[in-house]
Amino acid sequence: MGEKEVESLVARTISRIMIPFIQLFGIYVIVHGETSPGGGFQGGVILGTSMILYGIVYGLSKAKKRVSKKHLIILISLGVLIYSGIGLMDMLSGGKYLQYDSLPLPVDAHETTALSILGVELGIGLTVMSATIILFIYLAGERIGAGMDNW
Amino acid sequence: MTKIKYASLMSLLAVSAILIYVVEDMPSFGDPDNPANKHVIPRYINNSETEGGAPNIVTAILANYRGYDTLGETTVIFTAGIAVMILFMRWNNG
Repeated sequence: MGEKEVESLVARTISRIMIPFIQLFGIYVIVHGETSPGGGFQGGVILGTSMILYGIVYGLSKAKKRVSKKHLIILISLGVLIYSGIGLMDMLSGGKYLQYDSLPLPVDAHETTALSILGVELGIGLTVMSATIILFIYLAGERIGAGMDNW
Repeated sequence: MTKIKYASLMSLLAVSAILIYVVEDMPSFGDPDNPANKHVIPRYINNSETEGGAPNIVTAILANYRGYDTLGETTVIFTAGIAVMILFMRWNNG
């Protein structure tokens, strides 16, 4: 791995085909975590892994162009904000903190809880995905001695 | 030197003997009457779909019953990412 992309045509072609499917699978794991194994942590790591594969195969400089630092900071904060915001909205609508069924949605309590859990999982997924990408890009940049000032 | 080795071997054997003796009193593996399986597990198994909001018991525990814990975990990951970002920014500027 380095700044430039790898020589192997097979690796580049296969990862170009595979990365969209990896990301689709990550989103599936997040939104289907209520009924099947999975959830925010696992799906977020899968989403972050697709970016790690891109960085390994196509080089760190292309990966840094693909994701901007500003957007990653916004996303990593947005995840925690969604989670704690759902808890705060529960409190504002009369329940306890993170008491999901107190949200005044026009569906029954069971459905409200399920929707809140989906929102919470999305928040976890955003935070985990952004943290994975941030850790990879900074640690890989330190390892190969790439300057991070332009990112 | 050999005295210390002898003493450590003796203490190792003594502690091992105590632990092996205690294993007899542990609850048998996988028994539904274990104390760990009788406290909150029945409520999780019976009610996770109706009051927990998710048919997957693990998700119901993680996001609903133990919501504070998961919020803390998410904050830990957030803090780790931001801390690495701040540290490496300092290194590259200074």
